[in-house]
Amino acid sequence: MKLELEKIKEDAKSLLMNIKNKEELEKIRIEYLGKKGKLTKILREMGKLPPEERPFIGQLANDIRKELEVSIEEAEKRIKEKGKQIILKKEKIDITVPGRKHIIGKKHPLTLILNEIKAFFVGMGYEVVEGPEIESDYYNFKALNIPEDHPARDMQDTFYINENILLRTQTSPVQVRVMEKVKPPIKIIAPGRVYRSDEVDATHSPVFNQVEVLAVDESLSLGDLKGVLITFARYLFGENRDVRFRASYFPFTEPSAELDISCTACEGEGCKVCKGSGWLEILGCGLVNPAVLEIVGYDPKKVSGFAAGMGVERIAMLKYGIDDMRLFYENDLRFINQF
Amino acid sequence: MLVPIDWLRDYVQYDVSIEELSNALTMAGLNVESIIELGKDISKVVAGKIVSKDLHPNADKLYLCKVDIGDGHLLQIITGADNINEGDIVPVALPGAELPGNIKIDVTSLRGLTSQGMMCSAQELKLDLKNFSEEQTNGILILPDNSVLGEDIKKILHLDGIVLDIEIIANRPDCMSIIGIAREVSAVLGVDLEYPNIEPPKGFGNINDWIHIDVKDSALCPRYTARLIDNIVIKSSPLWMQRRLQMAGLRPINNIVDITNYVMLELGQPLHAFDYDYLDGNKIVVRRAERGEKIKTLDGIERILDEEILIIADENKPVGIAGIMGGENSEVKEKTKRVVLESAAFNYANIRRSSRKLGLRTEASARFEKDLDPNLTKLAGDRFIQLISQTESGIVINGVIDLCSEKSKIRKVTMNTDRVNKQLGTNIPLKDMEDILNRLELRVINKDRNHLVVEVPSFRNDISRESDLCEEIGRIYGFDKIEPTLPRGMTTLGRINRDQTIVDKSKEILNSCGLSEVITYSFMSPKIFNKLNIPENYEYRKAISIMNPLGEDYSLMRTTLIGNLMEVIERNLNRKVEKIRLFELGSIYKPKSLPIKELPDEKKVLTLGMVGDVDFYDLKGTIETLLSEFNIELFDFIEDYHPSFHPGRTASLIVNNKKIGILGEIHPDVTEKYQINERVYISEIQFDDIIESAKLTYSYKPLPKFPSITRDIAIIIDEEVLAGDIKKTIEEEGGQLLESVELFDIYRGTQVPEGCKSLAFSITYRSNKKTLVEEDVNEIQQRILLKLKERYNANLR
Repeated sequence: MKLELEKIKEDAKSLLMNIKNKEELEKIRIEYLGKKGKLTKILREMGKLPPEERPFIGQLANDIRKELEVSIEEAEKRIKEKGKQIILKKEKIDITVPGRKHIIGKKHPLTLILNEIKAFFVGMGYEVVEGPEIESDYYNFKALNIPEDHPARDMQDTFYINENILLRTQTSPVQVRVMEKVKPPIKIIAPGRVYRSDEVDATHSPVFNQVEVLAVDESLSLGDLKGVLITFARYLFGENRDVRFRASYFPFTEPSAELDISCTACEGEGCKVCKGSGWLEILGCGLVNPAVLEIVGYDPKKVSGFAAGMGVERIAMLKYGIDDMRLFYENDLRFINQF
Repeated sequence: MLVPIDWLRDYVQYDVSIEELSNALTMAGLNVESIIELGKDISKVVAGKIVSKDLHPNADKLYLCKVDIGDGHLLQIITGADNINEGDIVPVALPGAELPGNIKIDVTSLRGLTSQGMMCSAQELKLDLKNFSEEQTNGILILPDNSVLGEDIKKILHLDGIVLDIEIIANRPDCMSIIGIAREVSAVLGVDLEYPNIEPPKGFGNINDWIHIDVKDSALCPRYTARLIDNIVIKSSPLWMQRRLQMAGLRPINNIVDITNYVMLELGQPLHAFDYDYLDGNKIVVRRAERGEKIKTLDGIERILDEEILIIADENKPVGIAGIMGGENSEVKEKTKRVVLESAAFNYANIRRSSRKLGLRTEASARFEKDLDPNLTKLAGDRFIQLISQTESGIVINGVIDLCSEKSKIRKVTMNTDRVNKQLGTNIPLKDMEDILNRLELRVINKDRNHLVVEVPSFRNDISRESDLCEEIGRIYGFDKIEPTLPRGMTTLGRINRDQTIVDKSKEILNSCGLSEVITYSFMSPKIFNKLNIPENYEYRKAISIMNPLGEDYSLMRTTLIGNLMEVIERNLNRKVEKIRLFELGSIYKPKSLPIKELPDEKKVLTLGMVGDVDFYDLKGTIETLLSEFNIELFDFIEDYHPSFHPGRTASLIVNNKKIGILGEIHPDVTEKYQINERVYISEIQFDDIIESAKLTYSYKPLPKFPSITRDIAIIIDEEVLAGDIKKTIEEEGGQLLESVELFDIYRGTQVPEGCKSLAFSITYRSNKKTLVEEDVNEIQQRILLKLKERYNANLR
């Protein structure tokens, strides 16, 4: 009987080794451990054994049952694992199929540049203010030291609504509006649309954007202006950008200068973008003309200020390598969605 | 302004390279836009005489020429040009020659015959066509008969110098002259300036016996200086003078005209010579024109004048438009025997206006429309007669008529040198400042420890106060030498305000919703009213118009962005961009009255546009998302009408009980006019109202402690009943336990009777006091269904 039991164990174990699925396992379980199974059958026949052998065989049968139960459990785990592996294998996907993208809208490149400019100046303690686009002759010209028939009016062809009301040609009138309301210290930037009656072409647009910078305090110098604007130019165009201040003329600043940066296309070698000069003009600036300070009721002996004005389109063109200004206002989504 | 270097060197001797000179001038405010090296890209082009010209034996339109280039050999050259004849002297590019544009010339074969070079046109030599007559530039360039055969074309055409092209800033008309530039060079490089030695020659007679000058309007003509020359011999001006004029961009005409131009370029004072014999009554009258008075100007165009325009007239008729252009009648011609030379000062504002009005801008008006030095008139007249005499062009009549209504006052400006240093951020010693000023001829006439008193010459009308001198010192000292510093002083708070924050955040939200930002012009075309079906007297038509627009399409300030957005959509569709999601957040311009008397209101509007794979609810959902991101809770959409929109697919947006926008599908009639075949969804919202209602602050609400119960109901109702009304009823009846109601399905078809629809809602209940049980909500559900039955005859599906 002991031999018989050993055989049952060995048979069952070898069957379990090669088992393939749950059904087979169940069959084996019933065949050996079930109520009518082989092991049960043997146990039932125990009565035929001599009493002294019974405890030994009983013990052995129980051990074998336990051992088989463990083996069955293991086999079950094996089958489950195998099944899982099969499913996982089946579930393999082609990861080279393109993903489902979320469509996120883009900001207009002019907004992106404007945001960069704003971030710089806000970080430097400047407040962002706005002024009207439809402006009076007074704020756009007279208060900026540009009387009627002044040669400077040549520099900008103006759209007029009537004799006294016009589309501002620059963001500079905001300077005056702010200074009229507030006492120094003032540190503001004023972004916004400006207008000049230029025919539309690759480098001209009747509508474009400027950012005005104005600081007024007890003793601001041209050196301070340089410090701020050099930092700004390098923030926008890179740490190693060469910057130069070239004397110029604006009626509302004195002294006046233009800030040039080394050409972004040729790094100063001279190319088509910089017309061979190696330099690109990016903004006009200067110390606020004392005549303007007087117009708003400041005492130029006590306060001084500096101002700058820049074209957002121009900066965007240089930064992004855009060669035609019309692209900004055509709004081809294939253009806008590149940014 | 074109500045020939060898002319400049007459007055200022410097020893730096042309690049250094250019850089120094540029940094000081005279921006050198380019350094033109004449003839740099031309080599081996010489003068050759056409000895014979025959038809090419193997071609119809080609000629076979023998050309003598002065070395005893004849070259055989084939050309297609037919403006040349035997005996003409032309530029010949020899084999191995180089022409502008990197073109190389070699011996070639044309239809079986050898061509040993090429005859060149002015265009091929990239010459300034202004310098040549039409006959000369119409085909091969024909050179003067006296050209030496074999001589380098660069020498003949004076293509062998360097010219600086300098941009002159608006307040420096004194720099619109070679002398003016030389003065700057002198200051910038610290070298001496030598003026030309101007000594008027003696002649005969007395000018007053010949002519009478009457300035009727001395405000418009503060100074008029006249000279008279007799025995004029009209001829070409000397070659050196022609060459300088050409290099400076002017075309040589004859000795008299050339000398006036030469003096203008040299000193900056425009001159005009009238033919004395065409002046009726031996008189020059400077007066305003009469309205409707006419004059044919030198360019052959008849100009109609008015009383704002100052003219030069004789006793009977206009002979010139003051400061702008002379009349054809008194033009200096071949037969001219006597000329009156005008050297005058005019009111710059008047010249500017007249020049604009007439659409006529000349070398003279470009100078006169700026504040020129009135003291130049006499000097320039003297220079003119000196050159007349030197070139043996005529005999001077003694005397000068010089009518001067106001003596220019000498201005003195005092400068505090400490303050100037403080403003510049420099420590320039007083002595150096004095040097700079003196070099600019801003003569220091007095000084103490920290003050300089400067006498400003009459050619520097731009200088009137300390800050002007500060600029002069700064720019000549060199802005680049100023040490950059960062401002010290009070700390200020950098920020963007609430409005700007909301604008920026809206762009972020809309981007997240898949919409891209566009920026369109602030203008709109009056055509859009009809395209958008806008009736007369509608709000949009109350638009501000521009007096001088670029064209009709840009003539109004926009009152809505819908038209501009439709154009953007149209353009994108035309370019095969089919899925369009965009928005513009910009201003519209609303007049307080029309025509406007005061500045209008500039209102921000947000306009959304969607095309392709969208419907009304995508648009509505985007707006709902925007509102909820700004924590705006009290909003509603109600059916509405708008002439541009589909009558059954239009809604108003109501926020805080105020209509703040419109949304819907664009009317098919409108899309048709834009030639759009897609359904277009547009919304326009008054953004200022969003700004007003938006909440930017957040506060925490505890998360729910008890679970919710969700019940779905589907009801069948009449097609006409609005889902929004059903939802409202559910919300009303749901009471305090109702947390949310979501419409999740609309169904029409089998099981739903014709003319009806099934709406399915998901209703969520929650209490903040206990876990709800079935019984708690059953009762509410019943109440809701009863109410829906009662109000809308709704049946549970």
